[in-house]
Amino acid sequence: VGFLLLLLLSVGVSAVEVQRPRGVPLSKRQFYEEGKPFTCLDGSRNIPFDRVNDDYCDCQDGSDEPGTAACPNGSFHCTNAGFRPTFIPSSRINDGICDCCDTTDEYNSGATCQNTCRELGRKERESLQKMAEIAKEGFLLKQQLIHEAKMGLEDKKAKLGDVQGSKKDMEAKVEALRTVKESAEQPEREAKERHLKAWEGKLRFKSISPSTVCNEHDITGSLVSFKLNIKYCLILISNADTPAPEETSREEINEPVSDNESDQYPDDDIPEDEDDDDEEDEDDDRDEHDYKIPPTARTEEKKDDDEGAMPPYDQETQNLIDGKNAFKTENLEKEISFDFGPSSEFAYLYSQCYELTTSEYIYRLCPFNRVTQKSKFGGSETNLGSWGKWAGPEDSIYSVMKYEHGTGCWQGPSRSTTVKLTCGKETVVMSTSEPSRCEYLMEFTSPAVCQEPPSLEISSHEHQEL
Amino acid sequence: VASKCDCTLKLMFLSFGTWAVDKGNFKTCEQSAFCKRQRALKPGESPYRALLETMELTNTRLTLQLINDNNKVRLLLELYRLQGNITRVKINELKPLKPRYEVPDVLIREPTTEPLSVLSQDENGVVLSLGVESQRVIISARPFRLDIMEGSDVLMSLNSRGLLAFEHLRMQKVEDGMWEETFKSHTDSKPNGPSAVSLDFSLPGVEHVYGIPEHADTLRLKTTDNGDPYRLYNLDVFQYELYNPMALYGSVPVMVAHSAQRTTGIFWLNAAETWVDISSNTGSSETPQTDVRWISESGIIDVFIMLGPTPKDVFSQYASLTGTQSFPPLASLGYHQCRWNYNDQEDVKSVDAGFDEHDIPYDFIWLDIEHTDGKRYFTWDPHKFATPKEMLQGLMDKKRKMVAIVDPHIKVDSNYKIHNEIRTLGFYVKNKDGGDYEGWCWPGSASYPDFTRADMRAWWASMFAYDQYEGTMENLYTWNDMNEPSVFNGPEVTMHKDAMHGSWEHRDIHNLYGLYVQMATAEGLIQRSGGVERPFVLTRAFFAGSQRIGAVWTGDNAAEWDHLKISIPMCLSMGLVGISFCGADIGGFFKSPSTELLVRWYQAGAYQPFYRAHAHLDTPRREPWLFGPENTALIREAVRQRYTFLPYWYQLFYRAHVTGEPVMRPLWVEYPQDLATFALEDEYLIGRDLLVHPVVEEGARGVTAYLPGKDEVWFDVHTFQKHNGAQNLYIPVTMSSIPVFQRGGSIIPRKLRVRRSSTCMEHDPYTLYVALNLQRTADGELYIDDGHTFNYEKKEFIYRKLTFANKVLSSVNLAPDAKFTTDSWIERIIVLGASKPSKVTLKTADGQEKQLEFDFDASMSVLTVRKPGMNAGADWTVTFQ
Repeated sequence: VGFLLLLLLSVGVSAVEVQRPRGVPLSKRQFYEEGKPFTCLDGSRNIPFDRVNDDYCDCQDGSDEPGTAACPNGSFHCTNAGFRPTFIPSSRINDGICDCCDTTDEYNSGATCQNTCRELGRKERESLQKMAEIAKEGFLLKQQLIHEAKMGLEDKKAKLGDVQGSKKDMEAKVEALRTVKESAEQPEREAKERHLKAWEGKLRFKSISPSTVCNEHDITGSLVSFKLNIKYCLILISNADTPAPEETSREEINEPVSDNESDQYPDDDIPEDEDDDDEEDEDDDRDEHDYKIPPTARTEEKKDDDEGAMPPYDQETQNLIDGKNAFKTENLEKEISFDFGPSSEFAYLYSQCYELTTSEYIYRLCPFNRVTQKSKFGGSETNLGSWGKWAGPEDSIYSVMKYEHGTGCWQGPSRSTTVKLTCGKETVVMSTSEPSRCEYLMEFTSPAVCQEPPSLEISSHEHQEL
Repeated sequence: VASKCDCTLKLMFLSFGTWAVDKGNFKTCEQSAFCKRQRALKPGESPYRALLETMELTNTRLTLQLINDNNKVRLLLELYRLQGNITRVKINELKPLKPRYEVPDVLIREPTTEPLSVLSQDENGVVLSLGVESQRVIISARPFRLDIMEGSDVLMSLNSRGLLAFEHLRMQKVEDGMWEETFKSHTDSKPNGPSAVSLDFSLPGVEHVYGIPEHADTLRLKTTDNGDPYRLYNLDVFQYELYNPMALYGSVPVMVAHSAQRTTGIFWLNAAETWVDISSNTGSSETPQTDVRWISESGIIDVFIMLGPTPKDVFSQYASLTGTQSFPPLASLGYHQCRWNYNDQEDVKSVDAGFDEHDIPYDFIWLDIEHTDGKRYFTWDPHKFATPKEMLQGLMDKKRKMVAIVDPHIKVDSNYKIHNEIRTLGFYVKNKDGGDYEGWCWPGSASYPDFTRADMRAWWASMFAYDQYEGTMENLYTWNDMNEPSVFNGPEVTMHKDAMHGSWEHRDIHNLYGLYVQMATAEGLIQRSGGVERPFVLTRAFFAGSQRIGAVWTGDNAAEWDHLKISIPMCLSMGLVGISFCGADIGGFFKSPSTELLVRWYQAGAYQPFYRAHAHLDTPRREPWLFGPENTALIREAVRQRYTFLPYWYQLFYRAHVTGEPVMRPLWVEYPQDLATFALEDEYLIGRDLLVHPVVEEGARGVTAYLPGKDEVWFDVHTFQKHNGAQNLYIPVTMSSIPVFQRGGSIIPRKLRVRRSSTCMEHDPYTLYVALNLQRTADGELYIDDGHTFNYEKKEFIYRKLTFANKVLSSVNLAPDAKFTTDSWIERIIVLGASKPSKVTLKTADGQEKQLEFDFDASMSVLTVRKPGMNAGADWTVTFQ
């Protein structure tokens, strides 16, 4: 009784109910005129007014029963004073489940519903307010990002220009060096072989299961260690009678993945291979600018954390390898070619990685590069997809990233990840899930997707219907 | 879930990329020593002779010794006449070295016997009267054979081909395959040596035999002369193949024989590995005859010959022996949404919300093995399902329910309570050396509770109590998978035959194991509610009697059109042997269906008893709304049709529970003389009154449905178009078509206010669909109860007869001693094949009369009576003048 009274009181003070049949929205009130024959809203027939809401479906379109469950295709309008008005299918009227926050859908089912509209309205306003604040700040950050991206791009273009300008010069040098290189490669090869043999010797004393070494994604970054692994795999496979890994493509070979067989070689000591050198360049670029992005969960991308990879080459070998890599320009071109958004606002994500740790796994998103997953309890890293494309709906293409062609699944597709971007002050991986086998979903916030907040006040629909 | 692959990496890769079963994993008759031995016996003169001087006749039975003239071993024949036109023949060794296994717990009671009397006797044999009409049994002495006669017709002969064989227990001596047998890497020690039994049955006049599920084969059984016999041995078959006699997950050793003159049945009560040979002289000029031969690895011969004469007589005869279909909770007849696996609570919540968002009703959402803490059943994954009660409450708030899987393989883990208790109590199946049997299954190393023990089953049942099975509530139900039992590293992916259940070998009880698992689980669900609530338990393995417990599905099928097609004969075959609550995974378990296949499967499944979508872990998601708005709408419509017919489904299950009649039945059950129906398996009847011919062909433009009944008419349930019976009707179809017809002469109650779950529709009004026959009459029934408790056993229900005759539709109480009240009322009466009345008058029990408004569609002859409004439980008449 107390509750009812309260309800009546609140209705009494806040509004005057406009008379209309139950379940009819204000906008359609004129079609339901008391005492006059009712015409089905599809015009199909006329019925006496007392057959409106008489719990029998007379109109094909369900319009004669807006307030009962009689029509299979009807809909019921909840006013929801204090919150948002809404339509529900009329099958939800008096089904014992509270659907409208104003409880109006359960008028004859015995269900005890609480009016939660004001509370919902308050929460919604709060959350809208919060979102608006975030959008506002995020949008400011975004402007900064756009500015910096512009500067960075110009810088890179200039660099690229420099490089291309001296291309001829370089080509001459390259030609000259080719001779040097060829003669230099002989000792490199020998050194590598020496090294490989020594490493294999070490490995032999460890117990390594075929599955940890031979997974197709388990191929370490350098070609040398790839060969090592393949060879080792073959030994293990022939012993264990397990199938050989699938043929590995060139990309996969280059794809660096960790293998935590050993901790004895700290990350820092691990030599750079080709890719890693490219990254050094990027790192340098990044260091030139300070994006003032809060460093939450941000990690430098380290593709070379192969703990179980081969130990470093000796200095001589390393120099030879480094020397070979000094002539690369593709990376700059590649970076410039990325679609970093209409104003390059996503450029700051390039060469960054963001982690999220769940109960079982560490997920790592390296935008424009790839997504990986690694068990917290060890084991190797799994590629959940490499950068594919922007894949949002037409009106907001930059709200979804798609990473594709990750490690294959048994009897299934190769892994892929959809990254949904939402506006946030910080750049953070909020959640991950695997809604379908090998299809991952990541929620990611970034200021770069913040839209300019509408300057208007947060309007509630509180009064619209009253 | 399901099975899945052989668990070694090696085998997994061997099967990579292929979708067919690896036949090499399963025995052929040739590879099964006893089958090979027995099948090598050819028809001829039987070595068995009846020793007539040993005959003893009491009030309840006749006994007689048989002697094998080759080895002088004596058998004891027992012959019983059972109430309801059933003859039981039991044959055991007269003096076995040790007892032979006789199957317990399958018969619902010791069958009631009727007296036999000797009509005549001489040195060649005995003639006994079977009491009914002119039925007699002739026992011939040399060689031994039995002939069951009616008048001058032989209904069935036993050992007429001389294939009675009984491998007596003996002291060990070395004979190939008799004392040890090896298949692949597994050796069966066979400490009891050879123990097979076999008997032949001849069925004169019979060309059509059915039953002996479970096989992925045609409804009409094929002859087996040119291949393997049909095999009954409960097995977890990875990616099973269609149209062959290989064993599958369940076994019901019951065959139904049908001809235009008579229907009979053979129930071979033996739980060991069994093979059934069928041959026929069809095509020859002789009188048609089908010969059947049963071969089992151990146990005794205990066979029930059900003499019909009608299909429904056979159903009730079999039901009198093993019981009827359990009466399921109404909600379990709704739609079930399953997947291996819904990942976590959040996932469950969003799928649940998806159904509301897309306005598709469903009643149950299911959790497969991944919901557990490391495949420890009775537990929840602490991260993904941290607050199961919160999740269940969320579903309960929407009047929906959940099913979580509990498999019988128990992880061997000393930190797992269930394992520790079973081990401590000594409840595990033992290996041949006396230790706890261990095999490999989902959890890794696992042991298997000995469900043949009543004390073990009682303990298992107690584990479902709310305080034992933490995180559970009354809207959580159970699914028993892998209960063949599946043992990944066992012979034929199951348990070693020399494993021990007390003093019996697994060999003896194998096909019973799955039944016991489901029995103990269902008992647990009953007990946790204090005996009030009906259980719902789905099982993959089953045996004769499983119908009493719950639902069965056809296991791990595939997303292929042929798998959709075969779901019809597979469920029809089960229905014929008592198991009505049958369904196939909608969409197909393995692989990914095309959108067209998925839609067609939803449409077909809407008209099969158990309606559950399920999918393998490795397949992309396929909730109904993931295929574009058009297909979502098609699926929504199919599911909604299901819900409108729920009152009809429910009353058919009530009838199945009372009578043992199948819910989903072949046409010949209702048209036993119509030869055109005998092999039909692309259409079927639901009850007597709905004929369904689902579209199961890719790109179909039309289907040809056979409408039976020379003087019958059928009404398209969607368009109300009338069609004559006894014709092949071509029906053009589009993607939205589900060809379904209501029989003229029937009344079907439906609820057209489809809501988000069946429970939400409880109090909703009914629309009566009255389809008139050529005599302008119709009848039907209306059954209502609370939908979920056992109170119907206390007569708390409404059961009414609806009759239309002489222009009067009336509702009469069929159960005057029952009482139940309902809020539901009659909101509409639709008369199909009607003529236009001048007025329609409702008369209620209090004598009040009321004119009813109506609408008449002359082009379709459809009369719609508007809002008569009487209570569904009341007496009333509506007169059409």
